[in-house]
Amino acid sequence: MTKRLPIFLAVLFVFFSSLSFYGAAQAALTIEIVGGAAQQIPIAIVPFAQASNQSENIASIIGADLRRSGLFRVLETSGIVNQPHDVAEVKYPEWASLQAQALTIGKIEALPGNRLKVSFRLLDVVKQAALTGLEFNITPAQLRTTAHRIADIIYQQLTGEAGVFATRITYITKSGNRYSLQVADADGANPQTVLSSNEPIISPSWAPDGTRLAYVSFEKKKPVIYVQSLTSGQRYVLANFKGNNSAPSWSPDGKRLAIVLTHGANSQVYLINADGTELQQLTHSSAIDTEPAWSPDGKWIYFTSDRGGSAQIYRMSTLGGDAQRVTFEGSYNVSPRFSPDGKSLAFIRRDEGKFRVALQELASGQVQVLSDTVRDESPSFAPNGRLIMYATSVNGHGVLAAVSADGRVKQRLSETGGDVREPAWGPFGN
Amino acid sequence: MNKHLIVGILLAVSLAACSSKPVKEAPKPAVEDKSPKTTQTAPPKAPESAAPETATTKPMTESTITVNSLKDPNNILSQRSVFFDYDKDEVKPEYRPLVEAHAKYLLAHPDARVFLQGNTDERGTREYNLSLGQRRSVAVKKVMNLLGVQDKQIETVSYGEEKANANCRDEACWKANRHADIVYQGE
Repeated sequence: MTKRLPIFLAVLFVFFSSLSFYGAAQAALTIEIVGGAAQQIPIAIVPFAQASNQSENIASIIGADLRRSGLFRVLETSGIVNQPHDVAEVKYPEWASLQAQALTIGKIEALPGNRLKVSFRLLDVVKQAALTGLEFNITPAQLRTTAHRIADIIYQQLTGEAGVFATRITYITKSGNRYSLQVADADGANPQTVLSSNEPIISPSWAPDGTRLAYVSFEKKKPVIYVQSLTSGQRYVLANFKGNNSAPSWSPDGKRLAIVLTHGANSQVYLINADGTELQQLTHSSAIDTEPAWSPDGKWIYFTSDRGGSAQIYRMSTLGGDAQRVTFEGSYNVSPRFSPDGKSLAFIRRDEGKFRVALQELASGQVQVLSDTVRDESPSFAPNGRLIMYATSVNGHGVLAAVSADGRVKQRLSETGGDVREPAWGPFGN
Repeated sequence: MNKHLIVGILLAVSLAACSSKPVKEAPKPAVEDKSPKTTQTAPPKAPESAAPETATTKPMTESTITVNSLKDPNNILSQRSVFFDYDKDEVKPEYRPLVEAHAKYLLAHPDARVFLQGNTDERGTREYNLSLGQRRSVAVKKVMNLLGVQDKQIETVSYGEEKANANCRDEACWKANRHADIVYQGE
C-alpha cells in the first residue's frame, strides 16, 4: 500500500505537466505499472534547488522514470529535514536510515540569456562516495529532456545497461473517425502530431537514425507507404504500386527497406532503396508472405507466411534463396520483431483464441509467453532490449502496454479518450 | 480519367435504356455525397521547418447521373459486397450472380475501372489481416478473370481489419466484417 500512492501521484504528475506545457497538443499517455523486478534498487532523489524561472519538477521526472523501469524503489524523502543540494551538505547516516543505497542531489541555477544550469550528483550511500555527476547548460524548454538524460545516467551507473528514458515512441490514435500518427517521449509526455487523416494509418517504422518514419496511409483509398522526416515534416511516397503497399521495415544501415506488395495477387516481400529505387522481389510464393523484419546484422529477413498451412514465422537471406521456418508450436505466430542484440525474437502467438506477446530465444528455440493480456499486437523492443511495448485492448479500448523481456515488469499506457495502437519504440539518441 | 468515367456512365445509362428499363429523367449532374478529405502532415519538434506537404485535397470534380445502373437499388449492380467464412477466401455460390453481373458490366464498359477491397474481422494483427483481406479481393478478381475481365480494369487492394467493427464479441458480428467490396473508380 505504501507504494501505491507515490505511483498514483507520479501518473498524475506526468499527465498534468504535459497538459500545462503542451496545452494545444494531444492528450498525453499515462503510465501505470504492475509488478516489478525481484530486486529493486532503493534510491532517494532529493528535490533539486530550483531557479525562479522554471516550473518542471526535475526530481519527480527522474523518479518516475526510474520507478517505471521496475528496477528501482524510489524512496520518499520528505521525512529527512536536511535536504542537501551539494555534496558537502550530505549527511550519509540520514540516508542510510532510509535504507537508501543511492542518493541523487542537484540544483538548477539561472544563467544569463534565459538559460539554466542543471547539475546533479549520484552518491553511493553505503560507500559514502560520489559515483557520477554532470552539468547541463540548457534552455528552460529542455528541462524534461534533461531530467530523462539524468535518469539514463543513473540507470546506466546502477544497472550497467543503457537507459531509454530520453528516447521517443511513435503510435497511432483513433478518435472518432480521425487517425493520428503521434511521436511522444518514452514516458508519453510531449506528444506531437506527425500526420492526421480521416483514413487509416498503420505500421509506423523508425529509420535507424531516428530522424524519419516510414508508415502506411490509406488516404488514397488504398495502402501506400510514405517516408516522412521528423525534422522538416517533408514526406515522399516510397511505394505506390498497383495493389497494397505495406509493412515497411528498415535495414540496420537505413539505406533500404523491406516492404510488402501485392501486384494483383497475394502479399509478397520486396526490398527497395530508401529513395524508392531498385525494387527487388525477395519472396516468390503463392502464399501470404508479410510483416518483414530485418535482422540487426543485416543478413536476414524474418517474415510471417502461411505457406505451410498456418501462419508461422520464416526467415530468408536478404540475398534470396530458400526460406527456413523459425516458429513451430501453435497455429498462429506472427509479427516478428528483433531484440536489439539480435539474440531473440518477439512475436504474437495465438493460443485458444488469445493473442499474446511471446519471446523466442533464437539459439535454443525456447519460447516464453510474456503478456497476460489477450488481444495483443505490434510488439516493439526498447532500444536497450529490456522492455517490449505492444498494443492491446482493454474493455474494448485500444491501449498500449509494455512488458519486460523477463516478463516481470508490466506497464499499461493509456490515453484519455480514443484508441491507441501500432506502437514503435525509437532508437537511442534521437 | 474523369472523362472516361463520364463516358462509362453515359454508356451505362444508354445501355440500361436499351435493355428495356425506361429512363425517366434526362441526365443531369448530381451532387456527390462525399466530404473532402483532410489529411495533413506536421513536423514535430521542428521550430524552423520547411512548409509541410499537404497530402490530399483533390476537389471532387466528377459529375454523375441520377439514374445509374450501378446505384439503382433494383439492379443487382447496386449490390457490392461478397461475404466470406472465417479464415476463408472462397466466393460462395450465392454471391456468383453478383460477381457475374459486375463482370458483365466491366466487359460492356472497357473504360470502367474497379477497386476490389478486401476486409477482415478485427481478430489478429493488422498487417496479417491486410494480407488476408487481399486474398479475398484476389478471389473475387479470379472469378471476374474467368468471365473474361482483364486485369487492367481491376485493382485488388485490402483494408484488412481497418474498417471492421472492433467491438464484436460473436460470430454474427464478426461475419459482417468479412467481405470484399466492389468499388468503381470515381465513386
